[in-house]
Amino acid sequence: MFQIVKKRELNSSVTLMEIAAPYIARKAMPGQFIIFRVDEMGERVPLTIADFDREAGTITIIFQIVGHSTEKLNALPEGGYISDVVGPLGVPTHLPEGAARICVIGGGVGCAIAYPQAKYLHAAGLQVDVIAGFRSKDIVILEDEFRSHCSDLTICTDDGSYGQQGFVTQALQAKIDSGVKYDAVIAIGPVPMMKFVCALTKPYEIPTLVSLNPIMVDGTGMCGGCRVTVDGKIRYACVDGPDFDGHKVDFDELMRRNGTYREREASCRMLRAADQIK
Amino acid sequence: MPNMALNKVPVPEQDPKVRARNFDEVTLGYTAAMAQEEAQRCLNCKHMPCVSGCPVGVRIPEFISRVAEGEFEEAYAIITSTNGLPAVCGRVCPQERQCESKCVRGIKGEPVGIGRLERFVADTHMAQAEEKPEMPVKNGHKAAIVGGGPAGLTCAADLAKLGYDVTIFEAFHVAGGVLMYGIPEFRLPKDIVQKEVQNLRDLGVEIMTNMVIGKVLSVDELMEQGYESIFIGSGAGLPRFMGIEGEALVGVCSANEYLTRINLMKGYKEGYDTPVLQSKSVAVVGGGNVAMDAARSALRMGAEHVYIVYRRSEAEMPARREEVHHAKEEGVEFLTLNNPVKILGDENGRAKAMVCRKMELGEPDASGRRSPVEVEGSDYELAVDTVIMAIGTSPNPLIRTTTAGLEANNRGCLIVDENMMTTKDGVYAGGDAVTGAATVILAMGAGKAAAKAMDAYMQGR
Repeated sequence: MFQIVKKRELNSSVTLMEIAAPYIARKAMPGQFIIFRVDEMGERVPLTIADFDREAGTITIIFQIVGHSTEKLNALPEGGYISDVVGPLGVPTHLPEGAARICVIGGGVGCAIAYPQAKYLHAAGLQVDVIAGFRSKDIVILEDEFRSHCSDLTICTDDGSYGQQGFVTQALQAKIDSGVKYDAVIAIGPVPMMKFVCALTKPYEIPTLVSLNPIMVDGTGMCGGCRVTVDGKIRYACVDGPDFDGHKVDFDELMRRNGTYREREASCRMLRAADQIK
Repeated sequence: MPNMALNKVPVPEQDPKVRARNFDEVTLGYTAAMAQEEAQRCLNCKHMPCVSGCPVGVRIPEFISRVAEGEFEEAYAIITSTNGLPAVCGRVCPQERQCESKCVRGIKGEPVGIGRLERFVADTHMAQAEEKPEMPVKNGHKAAIVGGGPAGLTCAADLAKLGYDVTIFEAFHVAGGVLMYGIPEFRLPKDIVQKEVQNLRDLGVEIMTNMVIGKVLSVDELMEQGYESIFIGSGAGLPRFMGIEGEALVGVCSANEYLTRINLMKGYKEGYDTPVLQSKSVAVVGGGNVAMDAARSALRMGAEHVYIVYRRSEAEMPARREEVHHAKEEGVEFLTLNNPVKILGDENGRAKAMVCRKMELGEPDASGRRSPVEVEGSDYELAVDTVIMAIGTSPNPLIRTTTAGLEANNRGCLIVDENMMTTKDGVYAGGDAVTGAATVILAMGAGKAAAKAMDAYMQGR
């Protein structure tokens, strides 16, 4: 059992939890993930580690309430317990040799994963620009955290209700057009966002890392559910990733495969709603 | 006077039509009277050929004669002196290729039902046993086991009985390995596995779940923590795919994934959150036990058609005979001498058909096996919405890639010497991590051999 030592609502659909997991906290590195199982009936769900405190023995997760399992997780109180947490899984983020100036791009709840990257690289002495994109002002998260752990923060919203109006790709294009030379870009967010960032950086030959979120069961290289096509070959996000060279990822396939169980999730949600009405 | 009936006493089973739609155990097991009758078929051969066919050396004629006498607890003590998981082995061992293949009664008629008797003895003990096994006297040495599957559980049991302080590090939320995630409930009920695991705890073995060695702790860190010797039984790894067109379509998955969702995560049961593919028509590619398990599970999940697609003939299928027989009885359709060529998808990227090519057996090759050759122009489309690949795995890379000094062969299998020691001093390995995908009992045999060698190693220090 793993205790939730702190719980904070970042916006109406995104929650932060600090979890006592001393073994994981001792080893975690940016880019790695955990798998949680809320309770005996729960499914195994991967979540990237948003932060860790080796001394306190805690890890931080930030998640969007998108389905049944994240609803169940969000229903747990501070001080409550999660049945299982396993990690740190996956390979830590590995930047190109000698990178000095990089751009970290987060989209929506993907900012939760972009944040530890920015923090870690900034602390390592790199010049880190952050572009954080959200749909609108009310769902902006981690602004203060980003601001204190990067060289330059650009916030953009789709509807212009906060920061610059537009998508992260437009903000990145503007940076490149103004003459900034990035040694690498890290893009973490919805699959379409990562796809478009990669399409933008490719002609400039800027190495671009993406953090993938495929369907997964065990997370240790056993089930093969998380296979993605990278450079025309099968790779497993759990043991080979979750970071990959974005210019080589087949994003369309990933989007399709991520929808495998969507119909079932939707019909289960309707059934539960019907139950509640009864 | 032995029972000279040519055939085994039949074992009660659920009706095929009924069981093909439920996950309850297929084989119901012998009653005491049936077991005693079957036990009397044993000739108690002095040279005990059956024992030579058992990877863990169960003293078969000895335990069977106790069954014949109705001394079931004594029979249990004899079995468990060499086999830590009798309820499991009685159900999943390929007896027809091991003990029973050597049985003298099998020369004319059927061999003695050794597997059925072993299961009977174990089940009878479990149903009655109240007292816990005696806690062995500790010898003050610590050993670590990586992976709580058949190899690790066996190694842990043997070391614990010798007095070692044993800790199992298990990656999943529950110990049992393939017995939990791979083999379905209808063939091996999970509460039986957990009772066997509980037996280990009663022997003083500590089990730490959610611990992925190679990630959360390295093998070297385990040694620094005072574990004098370590056994690696990390099991099967990455599933193989065929490399044909269409394997990334929605509806194509590995047998490991399909079975894990159903078995470990209980996705087939009301109230559990893990989703399982809902299929109308399923092709399972492969001819081993895993393929049979996946096919029979698919039937139970409600599929109307389930096909086994296998490129050789039925005679070459590596699955247990009983599994093939049960699968057929339940309505699994066998397409042998058929090889998948590609998988076709609909406009939404979902699998809708598999193109198969007919094969025929050619001349025997160097190994004497007749290898299949393609029949030209025989391609046809098999309408399926789900394709499950059950064509094997390659060993788990997590430990080998994170442990200096641990060498693997070109297939990724850990290299061990005749004592099961890896290329790293004090670190032993066995099971699928060493052999590649094999059977439960071979893994148990390896765990047993390693425990003996680890004992000698630690005592020699």
